[in-house]
Amino acid sequence: MNSFIELAGKLDWSPLWISLKTGVVATIISFFLGLWAARKVIKKDYRAKSILDGLLTLPMVLPPTVAGFFLLLIFSRRRAFGIFLDKTFDIQVVHTWLGCIIAATVIAFPLMYRNARAAFEQIDANLVYAGRTLGMSEISIFWRIVVPTAGPGIASGTILTFARAMGEYGATSMLAGNIPGKTGTVSQRIAMVIQDGDYVTAGFWVIIVLLIAFFAVFLINLITGRHMKNIRKW
Amino acid sequence: MSRLYADIHRKIGNFDLNVLIESDARRIGILGASGSGKSMTLRSIAGIEDVDSGHIEVNDRVLFDSDTRVNLKPQKRNVGYMFQNYALFPTMSVLKNVMAGLRGHSEENRSKAMDMLRRFRMDGFEDRLPGELSGGQQQRVALARIMVTEPALILLDEPFSALDGYLRDRMQVEMLEMLEDYPGQVVMVSHSRDELYRFSEELFVVRKGSILRQGETKSVFRDPVRIEVAKLTGCKNFSDIRSIDDHTIEAVEWGITLRLEKEIPEWVRHIGYRAHYFEPVWGERQENCIRFNLARVDDLPFEKNYYITPEHNEQAQGGTDAFKANADETLLCWFVQGEEQRFVEKRGLPDYLKLKEESILLLE
Repeated sequence: MNSFIELAGKLDWSPLWISLKTGVVATIISFFLGLWAARKVIKKDYRAKSILDGLLTLPMVLPPTVAGFFLLLIFSRRRAFGIFLDKTFDIQVVHTWLGCIIAATVIAFPLMYRNARAAFEQIDANLVYAGRTLGMSEISIFWRIVVPTAGPGIASGTILTFARAMGEYGATSMLAGNIPGKTGTVSQRIAMVIQDGDYVTAGFWVIIVLLIAFFAVFLINLITGRHMKNIRKW
Repeated sequence: MSRLYADIHRKIGNFDLNVLIESDARRIGILGASGSGKSMTLRSIAGIEDVDSGHIEVNDRVLFDSDTRVNLKPQKRNVGYMFQNYALFPTMSVLKNVMAGLRGHSEENRSKAMDMLRRFRMDGFEDRLPGELSGGQQQRVALARIMVTEPALILLDEPFSALDGYLRDRMQVEMLEMLEDYPGQVVMVSHSRDELYRFSEELFVVRKGSILRQGETKSVFRDPVRIEVAKLTGCKNFSDIRSIDDHTIEAVEWGITLRLEKEIPEWVRHIGYRAHYFEPVWGERQENCIRFNLARVDDLPFEKNYYITPEHNEQAQGGTDAFKANADETLLCWFVQGEEQRFVEKRGLPDYLKLKEESILLLE
């Protein structure tokens, strides 16, 4: 116990902030992108739906290293798109925090998308029709009727997305690398210190990750709990 | 003057919808079994169902026209639609639901919505969620939510089917009251003849995507013309006929000959007779009487249902196999209630049932 407290004092806390920041930003991006994609996909006919759905889910099914490989292909500064980003906008992705965000977003996005889609599909279409006949705009119907009614499903999608984004390892290590203070996330730090045989530091980080994960789930359940009054138990 | 004109054509798979609803009646009813296309008609008018071709107009405002490619969004049609399940927004309070169709949350909109809730005796419930209301209360909120937007036309899709027994009867009366001072037309779709008989001035009867009969509601019930319409309006007894002369026909399934004062038109192929209209006769046989055997009696709270088989004159002794096999088909319904029920119970089963000429439905 004493060694833990001693450790906390001289510990480099940067992985925690990098992971949290990455998780939050990736979750925000995935949230809006996921809702948008889910809304688009459910309006497609069966064939287009299955193709789009497959593409959007792919990053979740692929090994993260494979996703990382593709991301490297796209963003490498030795390739067309990477050169274009660098020269035109002065944006570098490889070995930067932006790389962390992109990797985490790509891997975690399907969780948001799939949960949102499942929740949208459960919605009584009459609610949307009612909104239309009452003269509500499509945007207003979406944000005031569809999203709140799909609330529990969207909330669980958000929780999972955040958890996945925060813990991302494979694609992140390939695209962003493990640069201390810059791209060194908690997951990468744990892997690194274990390689060095430092199980105490690894254990310390593991406990912190557990606490954050539990707190995040608890928090979102608390927020959405108020709106779950209209859900029947069975 | 309010006027609805809806000429709607739509093909989905092997279902064809081809209806023309044209009416200036204040209360319009559409009667049909489930799957007849009656709800689809309503949804087409509201613009929440696609239409292949046709023309829809409410009070001279064109909502849809396939020739000139007019197809207003449901938002622009100003048509109120009440869904079977009311479709109240589950996460919004009653007040927010009623305000949903008004732009913005201004104090003015708020007091407008509150006025409407007061009118429907739902004040005091404005902070409740829809899930916390009874079926009847949900219906009132749904109607308030529609009325507050001042629609040019109100459509009611099976409004009472989600309610049971007692509440259904009460809400039917209440609905008429609530709609009393609404100046526009109201169209109600239902499979219940009682609801529509009470509600509508003009009635359209729909079957398999087409309109079978339209007209003033009471005259449709009095003279359904077609056998399917007679069935939908609740007629239970039917027979093929064979014409004997201008005033005489044979009701084939019932095994009797009927003589009418009036001339029987040539197009008549069937006759129908409502279960409540038979007149019991004891003793001497009179004209247009059926002699029968009792097959079954059902006791209902306020009436007695007798199921009888007509005794065919020529088959009265023994009866052929064909007739026996056919017995279920020719089960006639005779329903008695009130004073008549007490009388029949006291006096015993009558010897004959008499068909009154004015109650005989002449059908195609």
